[in-house]
Amino acid sequence: MLKKRLIPVLLLKNGRMVKTIKFEQARDVGFPVTAAKIYDAQCVDEIIFLDILASVQGRQSLIETIDNVTKECFMPFTAGGGVRSLLDIKTLLKAGADKVSINTAAVSDPILINRAAKQFGSANIVVSIDYKKTPSGKKVFTHGGQNESRWEVIDWAKEAERLGAGEILLNSIDHDGTMLGYDIEIIREASDLLKIPVIACGGAGKLNDFLAVINDGHASAMAAGSIFNFTDQSPIKARAYLKEYNINVRFAL
Amino acid sequence: MVAVIDYGVSNLKSVVNALEFLGAEVCVVKKACQLEKAERIILPGVGTFSEGMKNLKKMKLIKPLEKEVFGHKKPFLGICLGMQLLAESGCEGGTSRGLGWIKGKVKKFEIKNLKVPHTGWDDLVIKKNSYLFQGVEKDKNFYFVHSYYFDVEEKNIISAACEYGKIFPAALQKVNIFATQFHPEKSQQNGLKVLENYLLFK
Repeated sequence: MLKKRLIPVLLLKNGRMVKTIKFEQARDVGFPVTAAKIYDAQCVDEIIFLDILASVQGRQSLIETIDNVTKECFMPFTAGGGVRSLLDIKTLLKAGADKVSINTAAVSDPILINRAAKQFGSANIVVSIDYKKTPSGKKVFTHGGQNESRWEVIDWAKEAERLGAGEILLNSIDHDGTMLGYDIEIIREASDLLKIPVIACGGAGKLNDFLAVINDGHASAMAAGSIFNFTDQSPIKARAYLKEYNINVRFAL
Repeated sequence: MVAVIDYGVSNLKSVVNALEFLGAEVCVVKKACQLEKAERIILPGVGTFSEGMKNLKKMKLIKPLEKEVFGHKKPFLGICLGMQLLAESGCEGGTSRGLGWIKGKVKKFEIKNLKVPHTGWDDLVIKKNSYLFQGVEKDKNFYFVHSYYFDVEEKNIISAACEYGKIFPAALQKVNIFATQFHPEKSQQNGLKVLENYLLFK
């Protein structure tokens, strides 16, 4: 039976790992290749690398990181951050990423999703959606949470699926780094509505948050950053905890 | 030497890295003459069926590949799209003919109540004494990421199956032709074991 996935998210800036709170206050938390190796030893299900500089230099640094990681870790990687074109996607896939995440570029030019799905296969295209609460509802933000778009989060997720996205990475800016739990309501709405998998991201702070996002949020996968960087919880503990509650996860160790 | 075919639709790096990690000498090939020098050949694949076939045709690799696999009986491994291309036809990106090495068609998952693509780690039911899975003991799960599956007609060549709404072939072996729907290069220890077994096949 298909397992629920536990996915550490590694935010990258100038070749270093950082953590944010509500997309701000980027704090250095170490060297990504080391972290990836540790996660690999803990048999995590996938890793997501996101370059938050979203620049050409950032992408080069992302490619170098993936290059180093894929020499020794034989597990799935999703890479993203500043991906603007089919060539960017091809470059990251060639470097070793299994899936590529597109965010701002997809909102600016939604047809990019369709073209990418046609060229590389839907299954390899993740649309990453950053959103936060505004007076007019939960809206999609681009450019690292800076610019409000016209899209309401669920509507954009539906549109991304229609255009060919293979997966949605749903990231609550309000919950990011707070470690106060996921935005269960939006995750459940998206998970119940969409045919494609939804990866929940933003807010995991204790093991019970993972249980909640699966049982109440109906997510296919749980992405997390702060909980593994700032607490003594590990993917091993998380999986053991979920297993106790009969959640179908891998338990390779 | 293991030839890994670069036909423009694959995540080659991971496959090459995994093989090198296992001690194999690897060459990424685009030309027919390079296939002749290889002892074994891998066709990876991350992309659409129609694009994959289009590129193989454009690169004039099909007949040379068939000469090496059927003529010289070199061990062959198709991964993910590389497995699907062995079919008679596929429908991703429009209906197109496949290599036709194995009878059957590639179809899309149409299953109510389950997410498509089939993305993540899933359990295999492995045929007894299957060569490719020797040494894969507990936790027989591997990493899949696909929206299509190969509905193989020759059931006796299926060496492992997976259930996702329906039971579909996860791996097959027909003499010297191996193929996996999952990504062994992404399936950690289990995947490395499968690749190791393939590398040792004579």
